[in-house]
Amino acid sequence: MEFSDLIRTGRAQAKLLRGPEAPPLRGTLCLTGHHLLLSPGPQATSELWLLLLRSVDSIEKRVASDSGTITLRCKDLRVLQLEIEGVEASLDIARSIEALSSLESVITSFPFFYRPKGLRLGDAWHFHPPERYYKRVARETNAWRLSEVNEDFSVCPSYPRAVIVPRSVDDGALARSARFRQGGRFPVLSYHHAPSGTVLVRSSQPLTGPQKRRCAEDEELLRAVLAGARPGARGFIVDTRSSQAAKQARMTGGGTEAKTAYPGWKRLHRPLERGQPLQESFVRLVEACGDPQQSTDSWLCRLEGCCWLAHVKEALSTACLAAQGMEREGACILVHGAEGTDSTLLVTSLAQLILDPLSRTMAGFQELVEREWIQAGHPFQLRCAHSAFSHARPKHEAPTFLLFLDCVWQLGRQFPLSLEFGEGLLLALFEHAYASPFGTFLCNSEKERCLCEVRTRTHSLWSGLNQPKEQRKLRNPLYAPNPLAIWPSVELQSLRLWQASLSVLLLLRPISALDPPT
Amino acid sequence: MRYGLWMQATFISEKKYTLLLEGVKVENVRLVDRISSKKAALGTLYLTATHVIFVENAPDTRKETWILHSQISTIEKQATAATGCPLLIRCKNFQLLQLIIPQERDCHDVYISLIRLARPVKYEELYCFSFNPKLDKEEREQGWMLIDLSEEYKRMGLPNNYWQLSDVNRDYRVCDSYPTELYVPKSATAHIIVGSSKFRSRRRFPALSYYYRDNHASICRSSQPLSGFSARCLEDEQMLQAIRKANPGSDFIYVVDTRPKLNAMANRAAGKGYENEDNYSNIKFQFIGIENIHVMRNSLQKMLEVCELKSPSMSDFLWGLENSGWLKHIKAIMDAGIFIAKAVSEEGVSVLVHCSDGWDRTAQVCSVASLLLDPHYRTLKGFMVLIEKDWISFGHKFNHRYGNLDGDPKEISPVIDQFIECVWQLMEQFPCAFEFNERFLIHIQHHIYSCQFGNFLCNSQKERQELKIQERTYSLWAHLWKNRADYMNPLFRDDHSQTRGTLRLPTTPCNFLYKFWSGMYNRFEKGLQPRQSVTDYLMAVKEETQQLEEEREALEERLEKIQKVQLNHTKVKAKQSEPSKHSGFSTSDNSTANTPQDYSGNMKSFPSRSPSQGDEDSALILTQDNLKSSDPDLSANSDQESGVEDLSCRSPSGGECAPSEDSGKDRDSDEAVFLTA
Repeated sequence: MEFSDLIRTGRAQAKLLRGPEAPPLRGTLCLTGHHLLLSPGPQATSELWLLLLRSVDSIEKRVASDSGTITLRCKDLRVLQLEIEGVEASLDIARSIEALSSLESVITSFPFFYRPKGLRLGDAWHFHPPERYYKRVARETNAWRLSEVNEDFSVCPSYPRAVIVPRSVDDGALARSARFRQGGRFPVLSYHHAPSGTVLVRSSQPLTGPQKRRCAEDEELLRAVLAGARPGARGFIVDTRSSQAAKQARMTGGGTEAKTAYPGWKRLHRPLERGQPLQESFVRLVEACGDPQQSTDSWLCRLEGCCWLAHVKEALSTACLAAQGMEREGACILVHGAEGTDSTLLVTSLAQLILDPLSRTMAGFQELVEREWIQAGHPFQLRCAHSAFSHARPKHEAPTFLLFLDCVWQLGRQFPLSLEFGEGLLLALFEHAYASPFGTFLCNSEKERCLCEVRTRTHSLWSGLNQPKEQRKLRNPLYAPNPLAIWPSVELQSLRLWQASLSVLLLLRPISALDPPT
Repeated sequence: MRYGLWMQATFISEKKYTLLLEGVKVENVRLVDRISSKKAALGTLYLTATHVIFVENAPDTRKETWILHSQISTIEKQATAATGCPLLIRCKNFQLLQLIIPQERDCHDVYISLIRLARPVKYEELYCFSFNPKLDKEEREQGWMLIDLSEEYKRMGLPNNYWQLSDVNRDYRVCDSYPTELYVPKSATAHIIVGSSKFRSRRRFPALSYYYRDNHASICRSSQPLSGFSARCLEDEQMLQAIRKANPGSDFIYVVDTRPKLNAMANRAAGKGYENEDNYSNIKFQFIGIENIHVMRNSLQKMLEVCELKSPSMSDFLWGLENSGWLKHIKAIMDAGIFIAKAVSEEGVSVLVHCSDGWDRTAQVCSVASLLLDPHYRTLKGFMVLIEKDWISFGHKFNHRYGNLDGDPKEISPVIDQFIECVWQLMEQFPCAFEFNERFLIHIQHHIYSCQFGNFLCNSQKERQELKIQERTYSLWAHLWKNRADYMNPLFRDDHSQTRGTLRLPTTPCNFLYKFWSGMYNRFEKGLQPRQSVTDYLMAVKEETQQLEEEREALEERLEKIQKVQLNHTKVKAKQSEPSKHSGFSTSDNSTANTPQDYSGNMKSFPSRSPSQGDEDSALILTQDNLKSSDPDLSANSDQESGVEDLSCRSPSGGECAPSEDSGKDRDSDEAVFLTA
């Protein structure tokens, strides 16, 4: 298939409206396989305007007698309006954008064609290998080892090649434990908290089923986790589902760890919203913010109605609980929900941010996102296929990663000196997770990325972001390394709406004195 | 000794305790932590002539909590429990103290004493008459001279061809709630003013509040006209005409009635009301619905109830906040201010503002508009001037509104609190536009209720003069000015394009603009505040930079001297040792110049910087230290304990695991084990 087949009209005269603050742009509109361009006339002073078609979330067309208006709602929540001369041309362009923006093929996507100046292909792909972290832990503890059991992705398709497991458990046992866990996601180390010697482990739910099956190797694995921490160590299993939901999961083959089968482990339920309800919450939030008729009378009620802040609170408090269990109680923590690819990662990554000063640095945070989200198999392609504007019925979409970024922002607001990166990095990650010229957030797992040769054929976002001119915008100028854990307040009065992520809708941004001079 | 005479205790030895002649002392009292009710501090409660003091027993900290009697808003005795008798003290600065007193009788005694102490009946009982910061007479007088309104009118460019100082209110002959010095249009004769005053509620005739030099437009203020259904007053009409004429650039003036239309119409039945456009030539009349003091009092009450909820859900909190209507009222005041600022700066039209008596909503709206219009009011001193001008001099009834003396509870209303919040909301929107910081606002709010300084006493200038306030008390402004280093906003940039001139807020309705001010209403719950203060950090960095700068200069000077000496040496001895010595100095010089990059080593030393330390008036400082909630936590949260939230007992999912039936059956779930662990 050629892109040209989908482009009905390549160019037209158009006027672009970008909200009340930016002046409208006039010029020639061009459509390419990946972009929408607006080239102002030769005498114009403004530059070429460019939009990645992949970032278009929904498209709305209206026609008048001799022109058409297209409203583009983007995944990063921008709203753009194009006034195009000629009814036919505008309809054609609308249809073309629709077709091109919803292409599903990964290898024809823009990252495979993007060749920015100054970056070399394959440069930063080894910038943050999780292996490095795993090797460090293995060296420091002696109780853990790197395993290549998943070298060919056969044991767990959503795990990376390298995983870190208790030294005393051999690869055969891992494979059997994997068969007892949904999607093969057997318990692996997520974080080692050196001061207390405890570990954070994540997995998916055990497949106990209605018969309450057991798996000796899985039990052995968790026993080894406790033994590795220190003799007599206790463990807590933080299940991100309600106990009711966990029980119901037995009917469909899932379930929870039985107490008798896992001595030393206690189970806690902390239900976190996921999947479709979370997506709906996001959609409602965006609707509420984008409503021009909003009045103060109902604003807080609408904010309440979308529940977004409640989700932020729950995610943060569950992460705090996990972190507290490690630091204060000296216990090992296993986190899982059902699949172990969404709320599980939300909790483990936030807990690390709270406990680990290194993960609050620029490089450390990128490493955390790489290790705990991308390599850990958060299905970005499915979750971020559409953002809040799409009319399509959500299938697998959920803004879990955005919720994570929001929680990080809340941490940064409460500890303004403790994060080396600023809001800019969080906003960039939000934008790139949904649509990006870089390959970092492509696909759903490391296995898929290998099949698509993402590493050799696209550029890494990290190399893009780590260029000196980008870094200037992403750093927190107030950063002062803080060696301690940062315990956020999760009281309602302490949480705020992350305005910047919605600022394009809110048409406003407070003047920040901390923005670097441009 | 359960209850009895208590003379000077040891712990206050270095603090002034002359005030304390006799007091109440109760031991083994527990102070309950509001956030996690499990934690309670054991200590001793003292009642003195001026303060309630709680001293913790913990030997290493001996933490003290001081509360001025004038700050006490309500005292509530709750049902006796097994552990003792709970006493809840709510303060006007939003502090909430929950004490558990072992003996019911003690509790009752404390309760009765506090009721009496918190409701003084004479001005002389107030703290400011006994408060002595150890300043001599001259210093006190100078303190009162710090803010001078006649200087302020001069700064506006007055008097000029259109406006003059009128002595019509000399000895408060025309209006007893107005100041004696007032600016009125040149064409308004004494006859017109007196005539107009007779047609205005409480004789508060139109007078100048703010003059906008750039285009001659002005903001004037008055009370409502006594128009009833049809009454007219020629002099009043002439008065408004005179205000219009004082602005040659415009052929009409706005008359802004800040009340809801319904309220204004109801007033007509009582012979009051609002201006009829037909009777006044060239006015445009406008209602801006700000609710009255009773609605505002209830709204605040409701909002504080939401803040007091025990472990509310996000939904309870947001609904409660919405239902209180507080932010809606804040927005109404802001909208009125924005309207006036726009009329003056953009349209060049003068505005006359009034409400009913012209001392509550009018004060709010005029001061918000002035703040938007004039960068001077956004400076530390300018802000004091603004409060002095629009609130103190124009007879805002501080005593009634803030209940300094025992009085009608229906007169109490958070009028200036709302203005202070409006300023904070603006600061959030324009972080570089204000010279002062949030702490400045919080301390002003505190002292409006504290009665520690004389500024906010009484209901009018006249009363203050009769009481000889300036001879008998101290000025808050001087105190704040002396400690101004604490109140500076390090982000302030008066040259920023968006902060020069009029502040412009977006015209589209933006409700999210107005946020819940946790820093004010939850200010004593430190756990809820950001754990690190950007302001303090930047101020410390600034100070450090300055010190290093000075050091560098000194070193450079020395270097120069040494080089000169060396030069002489080389002249004598040819070139030998020079290079090595020179390089030695240059490196050390470089290293000093580079240190500002690395503050991590100095972090710990920053918070100990306390400009108010060693200050004489430590009675005040004690309360201030409590206010500076962020300071102790600045040192990279060295206080880990306080950083930890009591998550286990306040988990949002509690509903899922506790009461649901399956948690009882599901023995697998070990909720309780972890909680007790």
